[in-house]
Amino acid sequence: MPSTDTMAFGGPSPAVFVHAKRRSLAAHLTAYALSAPALFLMALLLIGPVLVVLMMSFTDYSLGNASFEWVGLANYAEMLEDDVFVKAIGNTLLYVGIVVPASVFLGLGAAMLIESLTFGRAFWRAVYFLPVMATLMAMAIVWEFMLNARFGMISQLLALLGLPAKNWLQETSTALPMLMVIGIWQALGFNMVLFMAGLTSIPRDLYEALELDGGSSSWSRFWTVTWPLLSPVTLFVVVITAIRSFQVFDPVHVLTKGGPNNASMVLIYQLYQEGFDFFRSAYAAGLTVVFLIFIFAITWVKSRVMEKNVHY
Amino acid sequence: MRYGTSSRLGGIIKQIVLAIGAVFILAPFVQMISTSLKSSQDIAQGGLNLIPREWAAFENYSEALSATPLLQYMLNGVIVTVCIFTLQVVIALPCAYALAKLRWRGRGTVFALVLLCLLIPPHAVAIPVYILLFKMGILDTYASLILPFIISVFGIFLMRQFFMTVPDDLIDAARMDGMSEFAIVWRVMAPTAVPALVAFGIFSVIAHWNDYFWPLIVLSSEELYTPPLGIATFRTAEVGYVFGPLMAAATMVIAPLVIAFLFAQRRFIEGITLTGMK
Repeated sequence: MPSTDTMAFGGPSPAVFVHAKRRSLAAHLTAYALSAPALFLMALLLIGPVLVVLMMSFTDYSLGNASFEWVGLANYAEMLEDDVFVKAIGNTLLYVGIVVPASVFLGLGAAMLIESLTFGRAFWRAVYFLPVMATLMAMAIVWEFMLNARFGMISQLLALLGLPAKNWLQETSTALPMLMVIGIWQALGFNMVLFMAGLTSIPRDLYEALELDGGSSSWSRFWTVTWPLLSPVTLFVVVITAIRSFQVFDPVHVLTKGGPNNASMVLIYQLYQEGFDFFRSAYAAGLTVVFLIFIFAITWVKSRVMEKNVHY
Repeated sequence: MRYGTSSRLGGIIKQIVLAIGAVFILAPFVQMISTSLKSSQDIAQGGLNLIPREWAAFENYSEALSATPLLQYMLNGVIVTVCIFTLQVVIALPCAYALAKLRWRGRGTVFALVLLCLLIPPHAVAIPVYILLFKMGILDTYASLILPFIISVFGIFLMRQFFMTVPDDLIDAARMDGMSEFAIVWRVMAPTAVPALVAFGIFSVIAHWNDYFWPLIVLSSEELYTPPLGIATFRTAEVGYVFGPLMAAATMVIAPLVIAFLFAQRRFIEGITLTGMK
């Protein structure tokens, strides 16, 4: 790395060159030393494992076995025949497909409502953000009680209205939808806060300019100024919510175990089952690779959309 | 605010709409607290009463504390989150400083690796890391809960971005004083980075306090359980209709973070926004 004095003189004088080299050597060593622990751990706990997972997916390894065989694409072939896998992918995509739009729109709505208030902003913000703070596992169990067909709030309310109660989480048609409700319930507040940050960074004068131009209805305000300027935030929120929803696990494990009859089976749950219940490590590794492909696809879509559509 | 005059009625409508939405948001909390105060007969009677007809608050909460080692679970949560965050800082800060303020060959590559690692979701590495811990013989220990998370590429990224905004003269002055680069990281950079450190800490503590997946797979000894695992165990253990104590347990599990949040709201939200907006 040439220092400025060598470049200024058009060629290194020996003394300057040696000095520069010695200085940068010391700087190099220090830099390496400072970042070595992090690099080592990144290799050991992040990059290495991803490579291991990739390779493992081509074997038949099970934890506890002394040895393993290379089996090529056998695991992937099994996946295509695996009803559970097909259900898992389908349910996960459905879950993401509902939770993302719902929690993004509701979060945006809440953010816009709260931001435009004259008082009570901090209060409402706290209220709507509460689900994000509360340990999902505990709240999932509370939701389960709320949905309890005999004692929960929801069934009591239905009884009051003369409607029959259902065992929401135990029925094939309502198990996954209920999980979606819980997912939306939690994601809403998080998205709201991100949108609020985005909204406050929109310059006021744009709205004033719009007023002067004669377009001052709420709708044109939103469509001409707010929405375009929010697009980077919106994109970010959509991607983050999609990635997080894709990884749904906690409520599934504690409330439905993927049932009834795989009605609420999701990808990470199957990964957990195969990898840590059945210890079919290689097959679970294959599932992990599929999972990674989806996650990378979502991220890739984000960068493509970023290039094309985001207004600045 | 922006709307000027038409807002009195508009403002009221907005508050009403928000209140209706809040019913959905707060319903589980209300159910949880209300049920935790009721006796089992009261619960069995049904009805929508939020105030208990028959109080059993003391019984429920003490049942929750004695039927499972709930306090032990909370303590484990504290131990694990504090250790994870401390080690994360120790490892991330020097690296972030090197990336932000030093010039060295390989800096670009290392930063690219950090960005790449940011894309890796935690579940993806679970199987190999688990096998690694298994081979090391440290499954079912505090170490197994802490070690996999001490590398926080998110933390490295966050702190690097922040460090880049620190003026160079501060650092040059320290160098003139004869401070080593290591000393600079901890005596100069860290103190100026408190807001970013707080954001990092909030993010880390929340994520690891609430983590269910990892403790689920590495732990089998109940005395090491963290709060999420603890309450899930309580639920499966209580097969009968003991909803009062179950709700009491849930209330106690979420209480620390919720109370911390209510006291330090702005910090939390700043933290989430800062980490979110990168």
